[in-house]
Amino acid sequence: MSILVNKNTKVIVQGITGKEGSFHAAACREYGTKIVGGVTPGKGGTTFEGTPVFNTVYEAVEATRPDVSMIFVPPAAAGDAVMEAADAGIGLIICITEGIPLADMIRAKRFLVGKDVRLIGPNCPGIITPGECKIGIMPGFIHKKGSVGVVSRSGTLTYEAVWQLTGLGLGQSTCVGIGGDPVNGTNFTDVLELFQKDRNTEAIVMIGEIGGDAEERAADYIKASVTKPVVGFIAGVTAPPGRRMGHAGAIISGGKGTAAQKIATLEAAGVKIVQNPAVIGEAVKNLMKN
Amino acid sequence: MNIHEFQAKQLFAQFNIPVPRGKGVASVEEAQAWAGELQSPVYVVKAQIHAGGRGKAGGVKLTKDRAQVGTLARELLGKVLVTHQTGPEGRKVQRLLVEEGADIASELYVSLLVDRFSGWPVFVASRAGGMEIEEVAAHSPEKILKTLIDPAAGYQAFHGRALGYQLGFEKELLGPFVQMMGNLYRLFMEKGAAVVEINPLVITRDKKLIALDAKVTFDDNSIYRNDDIKALRDLDEEDPLEVLASQYGLNYVKLDGEIGCMVNGAGLAMATMDTIKLAGSFPANFLDVGGGASKETVKQAFTILMSDRNVKGVFINIFGGIVRCERIADGVMDAAKEVSIRVPLVVRLEGTNAVEARQMLADSGLNLVVARTMWEGAQKIVSLIHA
Repeated sequence: MSILVNKNTKVIVQGITGKEGSFHAAACREYGTKIVGGVTPGKGGTTFEGTPVFNTVYEAVEATRPDVSMIFVPPAAAGDAVMEAADAGIGLIICITEGIPLADMIRAKRFLVGKDVRLIGPNCPGIITPGECKIGIMPGFIHKKGSVGVVSRSGTLTYEAVWQLTGLGLGQSTCVGIGGDPVNGTNFTDVLELFQKDRNTEAIVMIGEIGGDAEERAADYIKASVTKPVVGFIAGVTAPPGRRMGHAGAIISGGKGTAAQKIATLEAAGVKIVQNPAVIGEAVKNLMKN
Repeated sequence: MNIHEFQAKQLFAQFNIPVPRGKGVASVEEAQAWAGELQSPVYVVKAQIHAGGRGKAGGVKLTKDRAQVGTLARELLGKVLVTHQTGPEGRKVQRLLVEEGADIASELYVSLLVDRFSGWPVFVASRAGGMEIEEVAAHSPEKILKTLIDPAAGYQAFHGRALGYQLGFEKELLGPFVQMMGNLYRLFMEKGAAVVEINPLVITRDKKLIALDAKVTFDDNSIYRNDDIKALRDLDEEDPLEVLASQYGLNYVKLDGEIGCMVNGAGLAMATMDTIKLAGSFPANFLDVGGGASKETVKQAFTILMSDRNVKGVFINIFGGIVRCERIADGVMDAAKEVSIRVPLVVRLEGTNAVEARQMLADSGLNLVVARTMWEGAQKIVSLIHA
């Protein structure tokens, strides 16, 4: 069991002929993901390593009936790509693109309201159900099939945590990168709800960072509804206020969004917070023993 | 990206948001000449730096005497202002805004930003203007009003009326307020802003609405779309090393600790900084070299870290995923040969082929220490600089 994606998930790639898109489409397929088609306007009718390429998402949906679209479209056109995927009836959109203008994301997120669609990202590593399906840019080999659910705003920090888990023999049910932008699709609470319901997920790792209040909102949900053990880490204890730390969303503004506030709120909700990111795996192991 | 108040006010004027008559100046002569043109009962001379709290720090001067404007300008230009937002080193004043004074009856607060949860723009307003809005929020949250704007239809007059009536506007000022909020929304969306703040928005004794202060922060991802906004960047307000890093396309933020960090990925970079603190020191910077960490990026990153005189040691922490660790080790070794590293260096590589890569580094003959985990690396670099 897993959440959102599994071995039967069919995926199309928007931006499949670009540098990033082609590289990662091939890597995902190599991992075992069913890449059934790609979309690049102007390149319809061609193929990418045997996969048909279409001009529009509508054509790709008609011909291949995908469950998911993975987006590698450059930032200026990525908001448009998200909306096209949603309009074409794709149920799960995973947008990897970093650097999408804020106004475009405001519009794209609004466009999704009332549609039966979930957006993950943007500016995220994607999602992986180890051994079954990898949709994103994470290195597949660091993962191991198992029962720890991982949700994070970060990329490499997630790999770090996953690598620790795998090293300790703790596999993962599904790992979801929700992205580092201030306006995104799926949030911590959405993913926690899915992990709580998933029979095969026994423990959860949640990796947050400074900026916004998504962690605080998640803490409310955890307190009320999560019965599984949760280990948390919040990056940015040393980050100064008012400065953006790489991610567009990682900024303490108006005294809000500090790591200290998030840590206190999550701890009060019963989350086992680790101060040292090098011991995330150990903390999960200890909690699962009990 | 932040801009100066005088630039924000020019932008406001373009969008028909009323501001005091004023001009940005960079010399005493310019200030005096403009005062002559301005002809106002009261002149205000405001230091232009990218930080709040200028008034309390002595960066805002008033005079009724036109001849005094030059004297005030001379006093402020070149002065180092220390406010709660500049840090103890302060910021040198290189530009001033000289404008007419306003006859203030009352002060309000208005800002427009994005509510992260809904992803909708939200107006935040309060009758308690002129004060730090964070203070108001902390002590009397009931005084803060919020109105979300559905971006599908955008700003409508009813949004402005809802806010205006709650703020207690008199009938004759409600229309101008509704229009002003609409103009603010248009500016926000068209120019790719992330935050627009007017504090205070004043009502004058002759019943006019004026934006007495103006602060605009732009969304960095949108700046490429507006050349006029791009042109507002003031490199004097940025740390020279940050300017250099941005030219290399590196994500670098200077901090005041002693351990330079070089990391791939923003989250891991922050986590590495935090680990250094746990190990008993403080990071000199945030630096995300991106996924690749090629020889060229590592070299550029070394150049920047070595230019920071506070740096007493460097910690490289890379998680090699798609990119194999040997390639990263190659990059580090090549760069380390070309840039003189005058401080202890600890390298931690993890991920694809990490064992081989660590061996390569250990055999390189370079003066560096190899660490296995992030924690071991942080402890090693801290103990090395304190040795």
